[in-house]
Amino acid sequence: MSEIKTQNVHIDSHEEHHDDHAHHETFISKYIFTTDHKMIGKQFLMTGIFWALIGGALSLIFRIQLGFPEADISWMRPMLGEWITPEGRLDPEFYLALVTMHGTIMVFFVLTAGLSGTFSNFLIPLQIGARDMASGFMNMLSYWFFFASSVVMFSSLFIETGPAAGGWVVYPPLSALEQAIPGSGLGMTMWLVAMALFIVSTLLGGINYITTVINLRTEGMSFSRLPLTIWAFFITAVIGLLSFPVLFAAALLLIFDRSFGTAFYLSDIYIGGEALPQQGGSPVLYQHLFWFLGHPEVYIVIMPAFGITSEVISTNARKPIFGYRAMVGSLLGIAFLSFIVWAHHMFVSGMDPFLGSVFMLLTLVIAVPSAVKVFNYLTTLWKGNIVFTPGMLFSIGLVSLFISGGLTGIFLGNSAIDIQLHDTYFVVAHFHLVMGSAAFFGMMAGVYHWFPKMFGRMINAKLGYVHFWLTFAGVYLVFFPMHYIGIAGFPRRYYTWSSFETFSNIFQDLNAFVTIAAIITFAAQFIFLFNFFYSIYRGRRAPQNPWHSNTLEWTTPIEPGHGNWPGAIPTVYRWPYDYSKPGAADDYIPQTVPYSETPESNTDFENELAALEKESGVEEVDETKE
Amino acid sequence: MDNTLLILGAFGAILILVILITVFRVITLVDVAKGSDKKRASGSNFNNALLMPIFGLLFLGGIFYYSWASFEDYKLPVASDHGVKTDELFWITMLVTGGVFVITHILLFWYSWRYRFSEKKKALFYPDNTKLELAWTIVPAIALTVLILSGLFVWNDITADAPEDAINIEVMGYQFAWGVRYPGNDGELGDYNYQLIDNTNSFGVNFNDKAALDDFMPLKLVIPKDTPINLNIRARDVLHSVFLPHFRVKMDAVPGMPTNFHFVATKTTDEVRSETKNPDFKYEMACTEICGRGHFSMRLEVEVLTKEEYKKWASEQKTWVNMNQDYFTEGNGKRFELPKLAEEGQENEEKLSVNAAL
Repeated sequence: MSEIKTQNVHIDSHEEHHDDHAHHETFISKYIFTTDHKMIGKQFLMTGIFWALIGGALSLIFRIQLGFPEADISWMRPMLGEWITPEGRLDPEFYLALVTMHGTIMVFFVLTAGLSGTFSNFLIPLQIGARDMASGFMNMLSYWFFFASSVVMFSSLFIETGPAAGGWVVYPPLSALEQAIPGSGLGMTMWLVAMALFIVSTLLGGINYITTVINLRTEGMSFSRLPLTIWAFFITAVIGLLSFPVLFAAALLLIFDRSFGTAFYLSDIYIGGEALPQQGGSPVLYQHLFWFLGHPEVYIVIMPAFGITSEVISTNARKPIFGYRAMVGSLLGIAFLSFIVWAHHMFVSGMDPFLGSVFMLLTLVIAVPSAVKVFNYLTTLWKGNIVFTPGMLFSIGLVSLFISGGLTGIFLGNSAIDIQLHDTYFVVAHFHLVMGSAAFFGMMAGVYHWFPKMFGRMINAKLGYVHFWLTFAGVYLVFFPMHYIGIAGFPRRYYTWSSFETFSNIFQDLNAFVTIAAIITFAAQFIFLFNFFYSIYRGRRAPQNPWHSNTLEWTTPIEPGHGNWPGAIPTVYRWPYDYSKPGAADDYIPQTVPYSETPESNTDFENELAALEKESGVEEVDETKE
Repeated sequence: MDNTLLILGAFGAILILVILITVFRVITLVDVAKGSDKKRASGSNFNNALLMPIFGLLFLGGIFYYSWASFEDYKLPVASDHGVKTDELFWITMLVTGGVFVITHILLFWYSWRYRFSEKKKALFYPDNTKLELAWTIVPAIALTVLILSGLFVWNDITADAPEDAINIEVMGYQFAWGVRYPGNDGELGDYNYQLIDNTNSFGVNFNDKAALDDFMPLKLVIPKDTPINLNIRARDVLHSVFLPHFRVKMDAVPGMPTNFHFVATKTTDEVRSETKNPDFKYEMACTEICGRGHFSMRLEVEVLTKEEYKKWASEQKTWVNMNQDYFTEGNGKRFELPKLAEEGQENEEKLSVNAAL
C-alpha cells in the first residue's frame, strides 16, 4: 500500500544524512548511546521488564508473610540475610521496605517509564510520520537519566539499613527522621536521589513527546487524524510536565528537612527521648504537594494504556473506534480533572472538611469521562468482527479491569464512605485493579501488538493466549478477594493482623489463597518472558502489516532503520479508523490511501475532499475536517 | 538432606522446562505444517471467544457466591450513629455500581463471543452516534450527582463542630501505642507542650495549668453509650491514624496539628457480646497510617459502658498527679509549681466525681 503515496515526493533534508549514518554505526551508537527513538523505546521496555520482575518478586515475599505468617522462611536467608530473623520470620521493618519498594518500582519504574517510555518513544514518530523525535539527544539523555535513577534505586535494596520503608508516598515525619525507622536513613536519601533523576528523565522525555507531536506530524496528519495512541501519549506528557515538577519541589523540601534542619514538614516532635527543635512545619503540606503529582500520576499510568487499547480494539474488532471525538474529549477531561482531585487521598488527613466536600464533588465528576470511555469500548466491540490476537485479549482484559477497579473508586471518592475504607485493603484492591493491573494489561497489549514492528518477527500467539488467560484469571483471584478483606476493615501495610481480635480468626484462609494466586500469576509471566526473548531471535518473520492495520507505522519496512522510511515520509489523507468501510473491498483502508483512490467507499463529503486532493495534485489536504 | 532436595528440585525444574520447550516447538511446527499460522483467525479464535463468556460466568458467579456465603465474615458490626448512615451509603453505592458492573461485564463477554471473527461477514461501520454518547454522559452524571449529594449531607453532619455537651477525650499516638487522657472533674483537658514531654510525663502535660490537675490517663479508652464523644487527636512523633472499625471512625494523628472526630456509640460492649454471641468480643482501636516497625501492633482496647457504669468507672480513676507524686518531688516535675500543686491535687482527688454534664 505504501508505495502508492510516495508519488508526492517531499524530500526530507535529513534523509541522506540518516542513510549514510547507518554505515558507520557501532555497537555503542546502535544499542547503548543511541539516539534512535525505536532503540530507546526498546531500552525503556527492557529496563521496565527488569523492574517488573523485581517489583513482582518483592511482592511475593510480603505476600508469603501475609498468607502464611507462621511459615518458616529461613530458606530465603541466602538471599535476604539478616532480614530473616533467627526464628525464620520476615523482619517487620523489611516488610515495610518491601511494600514501599514494590509500590515505588511498580508505579514509577514499570508503569511510568516502562509504559510511557516504551510506547511514546517507539510509536510517536512512527505513527505521526516523523524520522525521529524532535531531539534525539534529549531522548537519549532521558533514557540514561532513567538508567542512573534505576541504578541508585536498585542499589538501595542492598544497603545495611535497608531501602526506604515509609510507604511509596514517603510521608514525613516518618520519612524525614532516621530515628523513626532505619529505612529513613541512607535508603531514603537514595530514594530521593533516584526520584530526582527519574523526574529529570520524565521531563526530558515529556518535552520531547510534546514537541514531536506538535511539530513533526507528516503532511496531512492533522490533530483530528491522530491515532488515539498519540493523543493519549501527548496528553500524558503534558500532565507529566505539569505535575512532576511539584513532586520535585516536595522532594527537595523533604531533603532540606532531612539534612539542613529546616521545618517545612516538621513540628512539635518528640522522638528518641528528645524534643526536636523544628516547629511550624506541616506534614499535611507534604501530602498536598505529593498528591498534586500523585493523583495525576495514576492517569499518567493509565492513559497510555487507554490509548493502546483504543488502537488495538479498533484494529482487531475491525471497526472504527466508536466516538473518536468523545474518546479524545474524555482524555482531555480526565487530564484536566486529574489536577483538581488530589485531596481525595486526604479526606481523613485532618484537612478542613469543607475541602473534603469540594474534592469529593470533583472526584466523582471524573467518573463521567471514565464511563464514556468504557461505553465507547463496548460499542466498538458491538457488531465487530473480532480477531483475538493476544494484544486484543489483553485490551479486553483492560476494559474489564478498568470497570471493576473504576467502580470501587466511586465508593472511595465519597468522603463519607471513605472514612471507613481509607487505608484498608479495599483501597489496595481498588488501585491494583484500576491502575496497576489495567495499565499492566495495556502495556502487555502494546507489547504483543507492536512486537512485529519492534523486532521484525512474530511473537507466538498460542503462548500469548495461555499467558493472557492465566494472568487475567490470576489478577482477579489476587485482587478481588481484597475487597472483602477491606470491607471487614483490615488496614493495609500491616505485617500481621494477629494483634487484633477484630482481624484475627477471619480471612487467614483467604489471604493464603491470595498468596497462592499471586505466586501462580507471577509464574505465568515467565511464559511471556520465554515467548518474548525466544521470539526476538527465533520468531516467525513478520509480514509488513500483520494485523491489517491503518496506521503509519505499518507502512515502514519490516525492520525500519534509523529514519524510519527509506524514501520520503508518506502523506496522510484520512483518519486512522477506516475499518470495514461500506463499499471498500478490504476491511481496512490505511491512512496513506487518498480519497481519490477510494470512490467506492467515500461519503459525499469525502468525495469533495477527493476533488480537493486532485486540485492540489494529491498534496494539500484541508486540515479543518475529519 | 536439604541439598538433595535442592538438587532434585533443580533437576525437576529443568526437566519441566525442557518438556515445555519441546511441546512448544512441536506445536509451532504443526501450526506451520497446517498453515494455520497464515490464516487471519485460526481455531484459536473460536476457543478464545468461547472462553470469554465462560470466564464471565465463573467470574460473576464466583463473586455472587462468595459475597453471599461469607457475608458474616466481612460484615463488621456497626456501633455508632453516623456509622449506620455511612454503611447505608456504602450499600446504596454497592447497588448502583454493582448493577453497572454486572451489565457492562455481561456485554463485554457476550459481545466478545457473539462478534468473533468470520471471513464471511464484515463489521458494522459505526463511527459515532451523538445522541447515544450524550445519553451515557448524562445518565452517569445524574446518578453520580445523587450519590455525591447524599454523601455530602452525611459528610457535613459527621464533620460539623462537636456538640457542646460532648466529652473531650484526648488520644495521642506514638511509636507504637496509643495514650488516652480524660479531662477529669472539670471537663477540661489541661494544656500540653511537646517540649515538656519526658519519660514519666509522656503527654507533655503542663501542670501549671489548673485544668490539668484532675486529668487522668487510663490504659484503655472507655466511653459511655449514647453520649457524644469528641476525640482530640494528636501525635507525638510521626503520623498515626486513629481507626475505630466498629464505630466507622478514622482520623489521622498529626504532629503539630491537633485533629478531632466526634461520634456517638450506640452499643455497649456487653450488648455486642450478646448480639454476636461472642462472649470475648472487644472493641479495638488500630493505627491506619504507616508509622514504623510496630505499625501493626498499635492496639488499644476500647470499652463502651452504659452512662451509669461510665460514671462509676470515671469516679474510680485516680488523677495522674495523684499517681505520680514522686515526679513532682524528685523528678522533672520539680519545674512545676510544686507545693501549690500537691495541695490542689489532693483537693481534687477528694472532690473527684464525674462531670455534672453527664
